[in-house]
Parts: sequence; C-alpha cells; structure tokens
Amino acid sequence: MAPVSRAVTRPMTSPGAAKVPRRRAPVAVWRWVILLLAGAYFILPLATAQRFAGLSSFSSVFTQPGFAASLWLSAQLAIMTTLITLVLMVPTTIYVHLRLPRLRRVLEGITILPIVIPPIVLILGVLQVAPLWLKASQWLLGLEYVILAMPFAYRAIDAGLRALDLKTLTEAASSLGAGWVTTLWRVLLPNLGTALMSATILIVALVLGEFTMASLDLWVTFPVWIVQFDQLDAQMSVGASLFALYATWVILLAITLVGTRQARRTGRGEVTLFTATRIQTTVSES
Amino acid sequence: MGAYIALGLLIPLVAIVAGAFQDSATGAFTGANVSIALHGTYLTGFEQSLLLSLIASVIPGVLGLLIAYAIFTSRASALRQVVITVSGVFANFGGVPLAFLFVSSLGSSGLITGWLSDAGLRIYDHGFSLYTLSGVALVYMYFQIPLMVLVILPALEGLRPSWREAAENLGARGWQYWRHVGGPVLLPSFLGCVLLLFGSALSAYATAEALTSGTIPLTSIQIGSFLNGNVIAGQENVGKALGFGMVVIIAAVMGLYVLLQRRAAKWLR
Amino acid sequence: MATSVITGTAKAGTSVSLRDVTRAFGQVRALDGMSLEIAPGELVALLGPSGCGKTTALRIVAGFEHADSGQVLVDGKDVSGVPAARRDMGMVFQSYSLFPNMSALDNVGFGLRMRKMGGAGRKGRALELLEMVGLADKARQYPHQLSGGQQQRVALARALAIEPRVLLLDEPLSALDAQVRVQLREQIRSLQQRLGTTTLFVTHDQEEALSMADRVGVMRAGNLEQVAGPAELYARPATAFVAEFVGTMNRVPAELAADGTVTALGTSVPVAAVKEGAATDAAPGPVDVLVRPEGLSLAAAEGGNGIVAGRTFLGAVTRVSVLLSGDAEVRVDVPSTAAAALAPGASVQVSLPPAAVLIAPRRGAGEAATVPVG
Repeated sequence: MAPVSRAVTRPMTSPGAAKVPRRRAPVAVWRWVILLLAGAYFILPLATAQRFAGLSSFSSVFTQPGFAASLWLSAQLAIMTTLITLVLMVPTTIYVHLRLPRLRRVLEGITILPIVIPPIVLILGVLQVAPLWLKASQWLLGLEYVILAMPFAYRAIDAGLRALDLKTLTEAASSLGAGWVTTLWRVLLPNLGTALMSATILIVALVLGEFTMASLDLWVTFPVWIVQFDQLDAQMSVGASLFALYATWVILLAITLVGTRQARRTGRGEVTLFTATRIQTTVSES
Repeated sequence: MGAYIALGLLIPLVAIVAGAFQDSATGAFTGANVSIALHGTYLTGFEQSLLLSLIASVIPGVLGLLIAYAIFTSRASALRQVVITVSGVFANFGGVPLAFLFVSSLGSSGLITGWLSDAGLRIYDHGFSLYTLSGVALVYMYFQIPLMVLVILPALEGLRPSWREAAENLGARGWQYWRHVGGPVLLPSFLGCVLLLFGSALSAYATAEALTSGTIPLTSIQIGSFLNGNVIAGQENVGKALGFGMVVIIAAVMGLYVLLQRRAAKWLR
Repeated sequence: MATSVITGTAKAGTSVSLRDVTRAFGQVRALDGMSLEIAPGELVALLGPSGCGKTTALRIVAGFEHADSGQVLVDGKDVSGVPAARRDMGMVFQSYSLFPNMSALDNVGFGLRMRKMGGAGRKGRALELLEMVGLADKARQYPHQLSGGQQQRVALARALAIEPRVLLLDEPLSALDAQVRVQLREQIRSLQQRLGTTTLFVTHDQEEALSMADRVGVMRAGNLEQVAGPAELYARPATAFVAEFVGTMNRVPAELAADGTVTALGTSVPVAAVKEGAATDAAPGPVDVLVRPEGLSLAAAEGGNGIVAGRTFLGAVTRVSVLLSGDAEVRVDVPSTAAAALAPGASVQVSLPPAAVLIAPRRGAGEAATVPVG
C-alpha cells in the first residue's frame, strides 16, 4: 500500500520553472561597481609608487645604514609593549569580569581615555614630566606605547572573555583544586588564544607604524628611519615606505595564519583580525 | 593597571593642563597662553583642523558605509574576509609612507600627474594640489575609509534579516524599508562612527606634517613645532594650551560617540 | 464563512495550493515535489524534524524563496511571479522580527502605512488589534521593553492588521518559555478561528501541531509523508516514520500468519487497516507490531515475558520501560498508583489487548523507516 502523501489528484502541468522577478541583478552590479572604484582608489597610489620607486630600491633598502638598527629598535619596542600590555591587561580584565562586574563600565571608560589624548599631545606632556634618566632611554617610548595600545588590547581581550563562560570555567577549575595562578595559566589563557593573538597583532601593527611620538622623542624607530631619506633620495623613500607596508602585511598575515591554524585545532574558529578596532561601550548586560 | 595609567597618561595630561595655564617664565597662573592659542594663526589652525576633520570624516563615512554594505550583502564570505583584512591594514597605514605614496603619484611631479599632463590635463593648473587642505583630505581618506568599513560592519551585521523580510511581507519596497526601519536603526551607529573618524582625523599628525611641512596651519602640526623648538620667547606654554584645547574638543566628540553607541546598542541587541 | 472582526463584512476564505514544488540548495534537495492543498479557513501545520523542508515550503509560499519547479496557487491563481511585498500574506517569524525603532503601536500599523492608510485610521485599527492580543496597554512600549511572549503577540497583531488572505507562522513559539508557549498557542488558535484566516503553521513540536491544527502534514526529507487530522495521524499513521514521530510508538517483534492475524507477546490479533478498504498485502513472516504505550497491558507476574528496566513519572501515568526476552524494549503507560509496585528488576507480563494493531516490516539494521504500514 502506498504511503499516504499525495493529496492532489490532478496531474502536474506547469510549463517550465517558476518565474521569479530578478531582483538580484541590479544589486550585484552596483556592488561590483563600488568595490572596483574603491579598489582603484587604493591600488592606484600603490601601483604608481611602486613604479616610481622601481625594484632596485627594494634591495638597496636593506643595505642602507641604520636599516637593521632601526628595525631592531622597533622590534624590541613591539615585544616590550606587547608583553607589558598583556601582562597588565589580561589579569585585570579577568578579575574585573569575575569579581567586580560593576566596574566593567569604568574599565571600559578608562581604556578609552588614551584615544581622547592624541599622541602628539601625549608626547608633549610626557616630555614635560618624565625624569631625565627615563627620557634618555628608548624604553620611555615602549612605556607610552602601552598606553596607546590599551584601548585596542582591551577590546580584543574583552571580546575573547565574553565568548568564554568565564564564571563556569573558573569555578570548575577551583572545584578541582586549582589555585588562581594555575587557573589562569592552564585554563584561561589557552582558551583566550584567539583574543590574545588579535591583541598582539594590533599592538605590533601599532608599534611598527607609530611615527609621531618616536620622531618627537628623537628615537630612530623604523618608521622614523624611513623618513630620513626624504631629503636625499626620493625613490629610496618611496621604496622604503612600500617595503614597510609589505613587511607589515606579511607579518600580520603570518600571525593570522598561525593563529587560525591554532584556533582551528582547538575549535575556536578563525582569528577575526581587526574587529577589535571598534571602540564601543555597550549597555551593560546584567 | 590603574597605577600605570595614572603614571603614563594622567600625569602628562595634568602637566599639559597645568602648563596651559602657567606663565612659562614665572610659573604664575595666567590665561594668556590660552588666549593666544585662541587667536591669530592658532585660531586659523583650529578652524582649518576642524574643517579638515569634517571633510575627512563625513565623506569617508558615507563611502565606507557604501563599501561595507556592498560586502555585507555579498554571499561570498571569502570576499568579506579579504576586504576586512585589507581594511585592517590600510586603516593603520598612515604617516610618512602614505604621504610619500601620494606624492609620488599625485604630487606636482608625480607619475599620475605626469600621465594626465601628457594626456592634456594639467591638474595643478586647474587648482588641484596635494598640498592644500583638500589634498590632505584626499590622502586622509586612504586610512579613514577602511576605518569606517571596520567600525560600521558590526552595526550592519546587527540589522536582522527578519526585519527586512517582515517589512517586505507587510508590503514595503526596498527604499521604504531603509526609510522606516533600516535607516533609523543604523543612524546612531553611523553618526557615532563618523564621530570616531572625526577624532581620528583631528589627532593625525604625521601625514599632514609629511605632506605640508607646516605650510597649512593645522593644530597638531603647530603643537609639533613647539616640540621642535620653533617657539617665540615667552610663548613656550602656548603649545600646551593648544594641546589642552585639542583634548577638550576630542573629549566632547568621544562623549557624544559613547552616547550614540549606547543608543544603538539598545536597538541592535 | 467567517466574519472579519475588523471590518464587519463577510469574508470568503482563501485557498492555497502547492503543486509539485521542488527546491534544491546546491546538492541538497530541500523540497522534493511537494504538493499540498489548504482549504479556505483551515489551519494546516507542517510538522517535521529540522531539515525536512517545512520552513522552505513556508518561505516559498511567502515569496522569500522561489521554487525551482512547481506552482504555488492562491485562490487558484499562480503567485510564483508575484513579489513578497504584494502577496497580501501576513507572516510571523520565529523571533526578533519587530522593528526596534518603533513602538508596538507603530509596528502593528506598519503594514497599514504601506497600504497608505491615514494616521488616525491606522492608529485606531492598530489599537484594536493590540486589544485582540491583550496588549493594548503596551502600545507605546518598544520591543526591547517587551518580553518574548509579548513581542510575538505584537508580531501576530502586526501580521493580522493588514487582514491578510493567508497567515504564515514560522515556528513562532519555539523561542519562548514552555508556559508562555501553551498560552500563546491557545490564543493564536482562537484568533485564527474567529477571523477564519487560512493559515500555514510550521513547527517541530508535535504537541503544538496536534493541539492547534485542523490538519497536520508530517514532512521528512523534502516531502509529505502524511496529511491528516490530528486524531487520525495519531491512531492511523501511514508510515513507520509518522508512527514514531508523532507520539511514542513501540515496535514489538511478531509473526504475521497467512490468515491475516499477527502473533506477538503470546497473543494473536488481527491487523488493522489504515484506510477504509485498503488491502493488506504484506507477506506472512516476521514483522514488527506498532503499538502505543497506552495500548499495552502490564501486570506483575512471576516468570513473565519481561523485566522492568526503569520508570519515568509523568504525572497521572508512569511510563515503564520493560526489557523483553530477545532484547526488545517497550514502554508501557501504567497508572502511577499501580506503577509504584513495579520496582526495576521485577518480572512482569506484557500483553496485547485483543484489538487490531498496525504492522510494519521488521526493521533490520539500516532499513529506511519510510515503509508503508499496512
């Protein structure tokens, strides 16, 4: 006996497929027009600059005096800033999330402060008050970079914490006998991998591109070093600028790839690069 | 962490505010610095900076929104990821390298300028110049537009498809949906993001400096020149007054931004 | 003929037909030649597990998806080419479909505004509808100030405000608390009956479907397995899938004899016909008997054919799971007072009462469940 499923007795006579108004077409065209125009605007200066600089200036960039030194300085500052920022922010943010949820808004507000004070103004004030011994060393820059990095690092860490069920994880860990430090080190940090990766990327990008404070503090970091060619050799300047851009891309891409592979292993999805650049206060979720 | 911020941020800030109201020679309280900062070339500097920031925030705001919408409605997630990553890099790309890029293409002896000239179009004769306010604004767009794309995307993603479908089901055409639902819901976020761009443009220093080397009065560059020692005697603290003014403006802008974001979050939950 | 409460004029209901509708997403066939007739004023529920195509079917009727082939007819006219905005159907979505920037009143009035109704008239009618769903006092509130259940009631009012020809409901209660769900269920059904609006309702909750619908269409893998009233669906499922999806169903190994009786649990009973006059053409041999928990009898007995494996207290009845010899497990509903005496491990005798039963081919490993029941 056939299953009872057809209630229709008339044979089917529809000629051809159902016609649907083609609403998709106009939207698709318009989208590509915009993207093409945008692409042109962004690629054109790059392409012409590349043309202008020629390929030879690329290789000679490496041989210029001060290249290695300035790059090394920037790298050191990047590492220093990343370490300090993360060591400072991660435990604090976790603590506030866990124990003092009311202070979350305050914390967010505090981390927005650095945005309100432009680097140019900040360096003005810093040079005013910093003790001489600190002013003479390059570490002052690193310390101040931490301030600049705070809003972005906070956003990334906060996003990562919200994705975890923080309370449950810590309670589970402590019920199994783990102390505060162990919990942090073995349970929370591994699960925050993606967020920490995002934060690191942002910090590194920031340090490698920061010019204002470094130049006025008279330290030759990589971005500052690039400018020096301005007077001597225009082609070299442009070549060095392009090199800086490509190098930053490569580094960011590499970090993203490593991060994504790692995240996929732990099942936490891809590293969403740069979504943390949005600074936002949300209505507190009670 | 609070201690760190206090040391690294607040103390310099206090120094600036204090210095703004101090006579550089005697240390006595004075309003003269602030007064100077609000007149003459410094006033022009503020005006030009505000104008530049306005242009370099509203236009990229609209353009960024269009681009974000274009990728948001696309089904290809690869396209979205590419655009997001690219935006992230360009949003952080500024300062001197960016200036060089544009100078080498659109500067008075740039390549593109040359090509156009060969084709018969001398743009510099027609009033275009990379070294004026509009030229600087054009260069600013290079990082402002990607920044806008990044910050407006989450708001676009907050627009639920069920709203669009419900509106359609009730008889609304595309533009009616945007007029009655999509637009109003997106507006606070949009305005907030434009404000963010405004603050970003106002704070920018390196790009403008590299392009113009001080030929256009802009507040951030003027502050920089104080650090370089180009100061008139007796006016050393005017730089701090300028800095103070800048902080006040940006604080107001960010305050507005926070308010708008709170409003948006209520609806976009 | 139902009367429209709002306009007071008599309103003929609308019929909806799906004719051999097919829709594929890449390799996946979401709908596979589905056909359904909905009579004017009827509430038909599409019931099935996730992925069966029920939501796709609804969205095709609404106009948000298009069918690859087949037709959708409303009152006999093909609407496949008509855009969603002009189909004159009201739809209630699963959740969060209220416009957040408008008050409840403005939300309800939105469809009327699209139809160019003036402000005062709009307001009046919107208030009328809010009263119908019991939320007139929340007219000025915004969606984020309303609870989930309240939001769905406003969404219902919004869909009904335009006096649609057809009402479409896409799992509107799934996101709500159990208690709110039951209340809202009754409200939707009574409203629908009062207005006489032809309604298509999609759900994965069989309790919802059985309690609300005039007819229920059970779907699986892109097509309907059975369309029937709730009682018939429960008592006379057409396929083993329907039998097991709707309510709980036991499968008891049995032997079908040549004379049309089947022997299971020590009793011989006749086989029930699913439809009037349909012949039973299953071959004699091993089969499964399909019987509901309330259709079996259970008694404590030494040396019985089963051992009590567990008990689940359900209120008035207790569902006792019994392990039969041969590793089959059945569930029997027993009044809770009697179940107290049946401890796990106790020996019991499970038997079939002398009534006709449904049979299905014996299920081996990997056999499909969409086999006819005869």
